[in-house]
Amino acid sequence: MSNILRSLLHRLGAALIVMIGISMLIFAIARVMPGDPARIALGPNATAEQVAALRVERHLDASLPVQYWEFVKSLAQGDLGKSLYTNRPVTTDIAQFLPATLELVFVSGILMVLIGLPIGILSAHFRGRFPDHVGRLISLLGVCTPAFVWGVILQLVFGYFWGWFPIEGRLLEGTPIPAGPTGFYLIDMAMAGNGAGFLDALHHLILPALALAMSGLGQTARLTRSNMNEVYERPYVEMARAYGFPARRIATRYAFRPALIPTLTILGLEFAAMLGNAFLVEKVFGWPGLSRYGVEVILRKDLDAIVGTVLIIAAAFLIVNIIVDILVNVINPRIRLAAGRA
Amino acid sequence: MLHGISLHIQPGEKVALVGESGSGKSVTARLAMGLLQDQKRAHVSGSIWFDGIDAAKGGPEIARRRGNRVAMIFQDPTSALNPTFKIRGQFRDVLRSGDRSISKNEADRRAEAALAEVSIPDPKRALDSYAFQLSGGMNQRVMIAMALANRPQLLIADEPGTALDVTVQAQTLKLMHELTEKTGTSVLLISHNLGVVREFADRVYVIYRGRIVEHGTTAQLFHDPRHPYTRALLAAIPKISGGGLPDLPERSPEFESPLIVHEGCGEPTEAFA
Repeated sequence: MSNILRSLLHRLGAALIVMIGISMLIFAIARVMPGDPARIALGPNATAEQVAALRVERHLDASLPVQYWEFVKSLAQGDLGKSLYTNRPVTTDIAQFLPATLELVFVSGILMVLIGLPIGILSAHFRGRFPDHVGRLISLLGVCTPAFVWGVILQLVFGYFWGWFPIEGRLLEGTPIPAGPTGFYLIDMAMAGNGAGFLDALHHLILPALALAMSGLGQTARLTRSNMNEVYERPYVEMARAYGFPARRIATRYAFRPALIPTLTILGLEFAAMLGNAFLVEKVFGWPGLSRYGVEVILRKDLDAIVGTVLIIAAAFLIVNIIVDILVNVINPRIRLAAGRA
Repeated sequence: MLHGISLHIQPGEKVALVGESGSGKSVTARLAMGLLQDQKRAHVSGSIWFDGIDAAKGGPEIARRRGNRVAMIFQDPTSALNPTFKIRGQFRDVLRSGDRSISKNEADRRAEAALAEVSIPDPKRALDSYAFQLSGGMNQRVMIAMALANRPQLLIADEPGTALDVTVQAQTLKLMHELTEKTGTSVLLISHNLGVVREFADRVYVIYRGRIVEHGTTAQLFHDPRHPYTRALLAAIPKISGGGLPDLPERSPEFESPLIVHEGCGEPTEAFA
């Protein structure tokens, strides 16, 4: 286990360096944007005195290194400035909207794995036969159809024609919003022992989560299939056949696990990409998440909110990548056992 | 492409199938295991009688025999063991194809005994290792232990240990010889190494371009090779006494005509004319 701990520390260090890079980039972009950052931050209705006061407060007249230092200092204190759009501290906005996005992305990730991997396994197991054709069709449609199109299709079919699922929001109107503590409605409802509320939250989650999962799901199925087909040619699978291991056991264990290692890396990238794709899905489903907030503030040139949102999403992206790296290490004995010696 | 291959192996007998790369040795082995029949590309005619059952068409009957009545040892033992599972789990599954209802403890106990039988010093440690943690020779022993664990009637050894160094290869063959003598298992040894064949086998089949061209007891074949290809093969064994390697034609029309002609095989040379 200490190997894994060490590689975790190593990766956290690397992530910190990346975060510093991102903060510099965002800092630079904010300075490059045409116009006075103080004027942009305060909006068109602010008076000249207010703008001047903010320029002093933000050290905008100081040299660039000093400005960057001040920017980092306020970041370290958890101060991301104030949003024009909501007229609240950006950290408050993020605390409100981030859990909705994370809940959506996590459930999508679970769907991606629970649907994508079995499709890939079945495709490889029944190579060239009917289940393979169906699996490949699903994964191809998943990969080549954008998430917002899936959103609209799912809304139309399951929400509008058949009326099985709600098409908007996180809860039915009138349902009291759970008080916390996580902001994940599924978890909050479950913790409050509110079964009806839990089902309601789940009911609202399924369509947007599926729409968001489709592309990653297709990619997962495709990769699992092709990696497994490759593994099926390896001597150790022939050995498993020669020793009479049941075909189903070969598919789900002996061919699947070696094939999962390269798949998992891409799966992590797909999962992280969902954080970006969520922009469109949240828009289509009226999901009050951070991604939708991000779009709104970009359209309004709400500088502080843009910086805050980008930083948080970048951090989430890095955390997801670290988790995937660790999972790859755990699942691949060659890396797990070699890490300690290196 | 194979033509009219006909092999007979008696219980307890050690038979070698000798030929150059691409001559069809491995395909013959895999057909006997029923491993190729499931593939769409394979067209199999004729019959493979094993233990009263025709394996030529594949199917569940022969599949049930794999790892149980008939087992196989591969060229490179390290790549023939799964890199993501410990030996223990794979050994359990091997034993399960002999006895579906075997318990984990019983399987582990038998696996340990089987590993001790192939002189692995610390069976418990070997079981808890991955193949890539063990040496090639160690993995070869593990493979042999797995192959013989269910006391099969026939063991097919496809160029065992070719991927390993010669001393380990020699140990492997010695071990295989001793154990199969003890258990009365028939062996089909597939090899291009005549030295190995001479040491190991009771009878030899020579295969050339998908045809059995000559067959006889080992002594007979090495003393009095009849077929020109067999003679060429024997002449190709390097000797310390000198003389160097003879000039062998890459292909010779004489090589194409077997001494043994099987039914339905037609004029042997026609396919390559």
